[in-house]
This record gives sequence, structure tokens and C-alpha cells, in this order.
Amino acid sequence: MTAVELAGATRAPDPPDSDVVLDVRDLRMRYGTVDVLHGVDLTARRGEVLALLGPNGAGKTTTIEILEGFRLPSAGAVQVLGTDPARGDERWRARLGVVLQSWRDHGKWRVRELLRHLGDFYAPYSTDRIPRPWPVDDLLATVGLTAHADTRVARLSGGQRRRLDVAVGIVGRPELLFLDEPTVGFDPAARREFHELVHRLADLDETTILLTTHDLAEAEKLADRILILAGGRIIAEGSPDQLARRVAGDAEVRWTRDGERYVHATADATGFLRDLLREHGDRVRELEVRRASLEDAYLALVHEEETGIRTGRAERVWQQEGNR
Amino acid sequence: MNPTTNALRAGLRRGLIELRATFTNGQDLWNYFFPTAVLLVAVFWMRGSTVPGTDFSLGARTLPSALGMGLLFGGLLGLAQQLIIDREDGTLLRAKAVPNGMLGYLVGKLVLISAISLIGVAIQLTPGLFFLDGLRLGDPGAWLTLAWVVPLGLVATLPLGAVIGSVIENPRNMGLVVLPIFGLIALSGIFYPINGLPGWVQGVAQVFPLYWLGLGMRSALLPADLATVELGGSWRHLETLGVLGAWAVLGLALAPVVLRRMARRESGSRVAARRERAMQRVG
Repeated sequence: MTAVELAGATRAPDPPDSDVVLDVRDLRMRYGTVDVLHGVDLTARRGEVLALLGPNGAGKTTTIEILEGFRLPSAGAVQVLGTDPARGDERWRARLGVVLQSWRDHGKWRVRELLRHLGDFYAPYSTDRIPRPWPVDDLLATVGLTAHADTRVARLSGGQRRRLDVAVGIVGRPELLFLDEPTVGFDPAARREFHELVHRLADLDETTILLTTHDLAEAEKLADRILILAGGRIIAEGSPDQLARRVAGDAEVRWTRDGERYVHATADATGFLRDLLREHGDRVRELEVRRASLEDAYLALVHEEETGIRTGRAERVWQQEGNR
Repeated sequence: MNPTTNALRAGLRRGLIELRATFTNGQDLWNYFFPTAVLLVAVFWMRGSTVPGTDFSLGARTLPSALGMGLLFGGLLGLAQQLIIDREDGTLLRAKAVPNGMLGYLVGKLVLISAISLIGVAIQLTPGLFFLDGLRLGDPGAWLTLAWVVPLGLVATLPLGAVIGSVIENPRNMGLVVLPIFGLIALSGIFYPINGLPGWVQGVAQVFPLYWLGLGMRSALLPADLATVELGGSWRHLETLGVLGAWAVLGLALAPVVLRRMARRESGSRVAARRERAMQRVG
């Protein structure tokens, strides 16, 4: 796992070494009069797995499409593998992997045929360190599609298609891989298989991976570092553990007294319990204290973003951000 | 290895793979053979009528004209339709995510559509030879004319198809192009000579490539004396070359600009938006 800078701490300028794969400063995007991104900063080093987490409409896809070079930002400094994506040439493109959402493209092609064909385009960009493309049979084995090599793409199941999408994304042995909401519509088994595949990739060749998701559990499982994007900016970042520790939200205290149930939310659970027990002593039963989890914090945030109602809960939970 | 040469080669292979896929797909085969069958039946019933002013079979005149129409259908509508579908289902975005992928994609499409058009000419012409008299396929001159009319026809229509396919985003709007083309068929002397139509209608018809595609194919496959009943009393090869060439130049000037603009705007969220729309259409 990678050391993580605390958001809010003054960030030392990144050394200009080649280990920085992604470097985004003050990225802004405006559609008409609507600001979608207001000043996103993010960096990634070689071999890191980053999860960009946020509710729908937070700007995840816009961010990733700018980094892929599919969309021009309104303002900001973006460096992807040392190049501005807006000026990225084919040599640059050959070092990227983009896993797209599939629908029904290439339905008449056979799996092996498609991977071999798309791999052909990467052959001129092969280097001593990174031979390209990935040999088709190895790739099929890696994504678990060997048995379906000669199946027509249209006949694959949803999970198999998604693995094919990943295979297409990595056939050029990318140094940086983008996964935009990779597990939407997956059943739990397919999701688990996919997670194993991502782990294998990150461990294989130090591939840097940036994935977007709105599923916190998925981000916790896959990522070295989570960046939470809401309202067009990154409001929190850190390893899953660090984020969980930073959650400073209310604790929920539940108990029964004389057969009646009570629930109380408090920032100071210990103090509240001391008072509660002093006052009611033995009559307090079934006592339960539940600290806000990362998930609670995230859900509170999503709720505020989606309803537009500021309850203040998300702010209290992420209170360290206030010092930023 | 030069990346561009490599992509051209990959594009050629792409075209051949898609060609094999389309000719082993039942639905696609039906789409190729059903209109052919309809055309051949129509020509069969027209074989007894004569071209006005001659005793030559109207059916034998219609078949070459329809082959010219087939080039327009294949080159223009065929390519446009493929571009629209490939944009909707994400094929084009996949090509964009690969180095030089757009070049390979485009070469593949040109190979595929050209091959389908040529195969289309063959499967329409061959059965016709068995029941139509007067087609001069034994004459080397016929093949010589075909050898420039068919490629020129494709070069005149394919870039236009690329432009239309880039501009139209919703498959439903293909009707905007298909309907005028059906109108143009009536004006362009495909199924019946237009000598009887008013002069201005003839003038309008001769602005568009369809008239010249039909004329060019007739000039290749019909006996020389049939030229006397054409407008101007000749096959007008120079004019054919001029008008089709002008459309080719126009298309080739526009297509790269429009294609590049279309490709630049392609992104995952656009494909997702189209998918949503298509789902609503189906549901």
C-alpha cells in the first residue's frame, strides 16, 4: 500500500520523476453555464490503484474522459503519462488502456478474433520493457475466457462480456488503465471475479489503475487510495483506513429503559453514556453504541448531494475538511 | 514497423473479417438477397416490354441501371448506416481508444462496403444473364467500362456516405436521406427513360450522381446503338466522368473534416446517452 498524503496538509510539489503517472491541478469543466468540475486535484504514482468515488452526477465520468483525452477541459493543468491528453498522440494513446462500457459492439466477431485484431494496432509500440500486444492466448487465460475464445461476442453472458471489455482495455499492456464504473449491472459472483482480475492486474506489471464507482465497498476492496468527488471537487482522499479514521461523525446510542426504546445521536458518546448511566443506572438495558462508519459518512454525503438538503451531517462527518 | 502502414493492414484484415461475418449471418444475407430477388422478378416481368423508340427489352435496360443504383445504395446509404450504427453501439469509440484505431476502422469499412457493393453487382447481374437478351458481357469493352465506372461510382458515393453518417446521429433520422433518394430514383431514369420528362426535371436529375451511375452502367452493358435513345443521343462518358468526379472531389474534401469532427466528439458518455435513447425506443 502506498503512503498517502493527508488532504489539508500542505502538499510538497511532486518531484519531476517519471513515477508520477497522473498529475491533475485545478481541473475545471463547464458545460454552458453549469460548472461540473471546480478545481479537481489528483495525482497517481506508478502501480497505484485509485478509486474515484462519488454519487451520480458528481463529475466522475467527466474527469475520467478528460484524462482519457476524449473530452477537452475548460481549464486546469492535466498531465497523463507526462503528456497533456488534449495533445496526446497515438504513441501516448498506445500506453493507455481504456475499459469501455460495452453494449453490443462487435457482436458478430469471435472473441479471439477481436482481441487479435485490436492487439495488432499496438505492435508498432512494443518496447524492450513492455512487449506489446499481450499474446492473445495468455490474455484469454488471464481474463478467464479461454473456453470462449471462439464464441461470438454477442453470445457471451454479461460477466463474460465485461471480462472481454477488460481484455480489450489491457491488450496493449497499458501503463495506465481507466475503468469507468466497471461493475455496473454485475451480479455478486461476477463482481467478485472482476475484483480478483483487477488485483491480478495491479500486481502484474505495476499497472496504474484509475477506476470510478459509486459503490464504497468496491472502492474499499480495490483501491490503495480513495478520492471522494462530490459537487465537482474532491472532498476527501486517503487510504480506506485513513478515511475511516477521519470520520468524526456522530455516534448513535440506543438503549431501552422500562421497556421503552431510546435512540440518541451525539458527538460525545462517552460523556453522554457517563451521564446516562449515572442518572438511570441499572434501568438502562440493551445498550448499544454505534460509531458513524465510513459508509455512513459517505451515504450522508451522497444524500445531501442528491436531495440538495444540507442537514449538516455530512459536514460534521468530514469536519476536517473545514480546516482546508 | 510503421504505425500507419500497420494500421492500414489491420484495417484491411478488419474489412475481411467483417465481410466473412456478414456473409455468414442469416439476417444480413436476407437483407442482401431479398431486394435482389425483388429486382430480378421486376426485371423478369419487364423483359417483354421495349425501350421507347427501340425494340430492345426494357428489362435488359433496367438491370444495368439498377446496378448503378445499387452502387449508390451501397456506397452512400450502406456506409452512412454503418457509421451511425457503429457510433450508437460503441464500435467507433473502441476504435478511438486504440492507437491509429480510427484509421484502421475507416479502412475496414471502405473495404467491407466496396466488397459488398461488388458482390451485390455480381449477384444481381449473374441471374439476369440467363433470361435477359442483349447484355454484352462477352465484349471486352464492357469490362473496360465497368472497370472505371464502378470504382468511380464508389469514390463518388462513399465519402458522401461518410459525411451523412457523421452528421446524422440518430438512426431514426436516416429517413431524411432515404426519402429524397427514392424521389431521385424516379427522376434518374433507373426504371424508365426520362426523355419524356420536362427539361428542368432532367436538369435536376443530372446534377446528382444517381443518373450518371445508371448511365455509366448502361453504357458498359448495353449495345452501342442504345445510346441513341439516351439524353443527348450518346453515352456521354466525359460528362459522366465530370459529374461523378466532381461529387468525388466534393465528398473527399468534406469527409475528412466531418469525420474528424465526429470522431473528436465521441466519448463514453455520448455512447451511454445514445444507449439510453435506443433503450427508450425499444421499450
